[in-house]
Amino acid sequence: MIDVRLKKRRGAFAVDVAFRASGSGLVALFGPSGSGKSTIINLIAGLLAPDEGYIRLGETTLYDSGRGIDVPVEERRIGYVFQDSRLFPHLDVRANLRYGAKRAGAADPQAEFAQIVELLGLEALLERRPRGLSGGERQRVALGRALLSRPRVLLLDEPLASLELARREELLPYLERLRDHLSIPILYVSHQFEEVVRLATHVVVLRSGAAVAQGDICAVSLTAELRAMVGSEGLGAVIEGEIEALEPDTGLARLRVGSGRLKIQAEGIALTGLVRVQLLARDLILAVEPPRGLSVRNSLEGTLSSIVADAGRTHLVEVDIGGPRLLAQVTASASAELGLAVGRRVWVLVKTVSLRGHVYPAGQVPGRTPAPPSAVAGPRESSGTAAGARSP
Amino acid sequence: MREERTAGGGVPTMLLTDAEWQALRLSLTVASRSVLMSLPVALIVAWLLARRPFPGRTLFDAFVHLPLVLPPVMVGYLLLVLFGIHGPLGGWLANDFGIRLAFTSNGAALATAVMSFPIMVRTMRISLESVDRGLEDAARTLGARPLDRFFTITLPLMMPGVLAGVVTAFAAGLGEFGAVITFASNIPGETRTLPLALYTALQTPNGDAEAARLAIVSFTLGLLGLGLSEVLARRVRRSLGP
Repeated sequence: MIDVRLKKRRGAFAVDVAFRASGSGLVALFGPSGSGKSTIINLIAGLLAPDEGYIRLGETTLYDSGRGIDVPVEERRIGYVFQDSRLFPHLDVRANLRYGAKRAGAADPQAEFAQIVELLGLEALLERRPRGLSGGERQRVALGRALLSRPRVLLLDEPLASLELARREELLPYLERLRDHLSIPILYVSHQFEEVVRLATHVVVLRSGAAVAQGDICAVSLTAELRAMVGSEGLGAVIEGEIEALEPDTGLARLRVGSGRLKIQAEGIALTGLVRVQLLARDLILAVEPPRGLSVRNSLEGTLSSIVADAGRTHLVEVDIGGPRLLAQVTASASAELGLAVGRRVWVLVKTVSLRGHVYPAGQVPGRTPAPPSAVAGPRESSGTAAGARSP
Repeated sequence: MREERTAGGGVPTMLLTDAEWQALRLSLTVASRSVLMSLPVALIVAWLLARRPFPGRTLFDAFVHLPLVLPPVMVGYLLLVLFGIHGPLGGWLANDFGIRLAFTSNGAALATAVMSFPIMVRTMRISLESVDRGLEDAARTLGARPLDRFFTITLPLMMPGVLAGVVTAFAAGLGEFGAVITFASNIPGETRTLPLALYTALQTPNGDAEAARLAIVSFTLGLLGLGLSEVLARRVRRSLGP
């Protein structure tokens, strides 16, 4: 459990934020640059002193201005992975990994070392110096170094930001592994919504130093606050579904989402578990009758739960498909022609081609009992443009 | 001020007399001891100047750099006032610890240390300021306390500067003249280092050849010192990487 409320004023900029997430899993702090993400991470790490508030991790209080608690950085046991990795240049990888471990006093340091080296695939790097490593390798070493210090929480400050695209793809599976295997919470700072969709169990959306929305990713993906941030390009509901079947001959997987079925490309997907997919609003097509004679594989029946006009002569339509909700963007004229209104039965069409899911293991199901997000869903006044599906 | 010679005469030769060897040895030991004396103090002062803003820091900074701008003879005189047998510190050291500094080789080392102190502080401070504080923050998050952090992260990272400071101070120390001759006098075998021997030779009739030999020795030592500092700095830099 992580429970944070912090205030900090730095010149003209102020952070005033509160969030709370239960269990382990990955909490994403999402927001544009300048929204206070890194400040918050540094406040939690203790590298910056808050003006007031508290930081609680499970039973432990790291900071509480009311009770006069302020645990020094070196005793907080936070595993901090910096954007620029900050490996010690005068030490080889092995010594870097051991730096925190030595000071943390593990019961069985050798076993732990071996385990982390294995988990992050560091064996081949141990004798090397940081300057000889690629960006992705550095971040893996930094992750290992943080983990070996036996942290209570892992703080990741845009660990992918300094990496080129290919390296990001290389590191992402390791992050997923950590999320799924660690028993401690991970706080993950990002300004890339694709990363958040792929990794987060809980999302905190930040703007100008404040949390404007938070909750599980599916609920947060529907909020106007998020929409304002990702723009119409990235706008789209995130939904989760259980895999019902794999179709080896077509290479597709069938997911159960709400009362419907969704076919997605099955590459890298196992038969069990929960799959998360983002359907971009601008890639979705709406029909008011059961569609026939189309190449589109996916047709989800639902009820129109909200519709909002927006400045660009488009309407943003929210459709309840038996639990999960989707966002679709249609032009105002199409909306009028179809007579779209709340309560109307509609069919949402999605092309399978562009859908790729992210797998969650069964033990760690973020969206199964969705907590209501603090700033609640539903399109309000604002626009989006198109509909569709996304494969980050 | 005359000394006996067993070699040399009027012809310059590469062989040194006993007295010249003595001066060379003495220069090396005095310079080494001066570096040992000033190293820890210079580290602390460099750290204070680079990392700890305190009231009067500018004044303190100026004070540390004084030996660079004062006439060395005056520094020697100040040391004599402070550390002479009847001086406030010298009297205390002599009475309570039996340590005499004025007119001894230890005194020569002290005078040399004071003169090369600003050089040492300066190089160390510059290298300390170039140490990435982010790395120290990283060490903090990994559980390293201040002293631990200093010795495992900061000091290794500023090592090029420390080494450069040590070698430069040592090389400069070999040549210290004014402060040494004022505070420690020109006693053969005790405080007559290379430059003092050179000076003495120049004051002596027919001392030209000896002076030339001593000059060549000083010149060679200086070159060696600078070369060594470059090699060391390069090696350390390579081991630190970008």
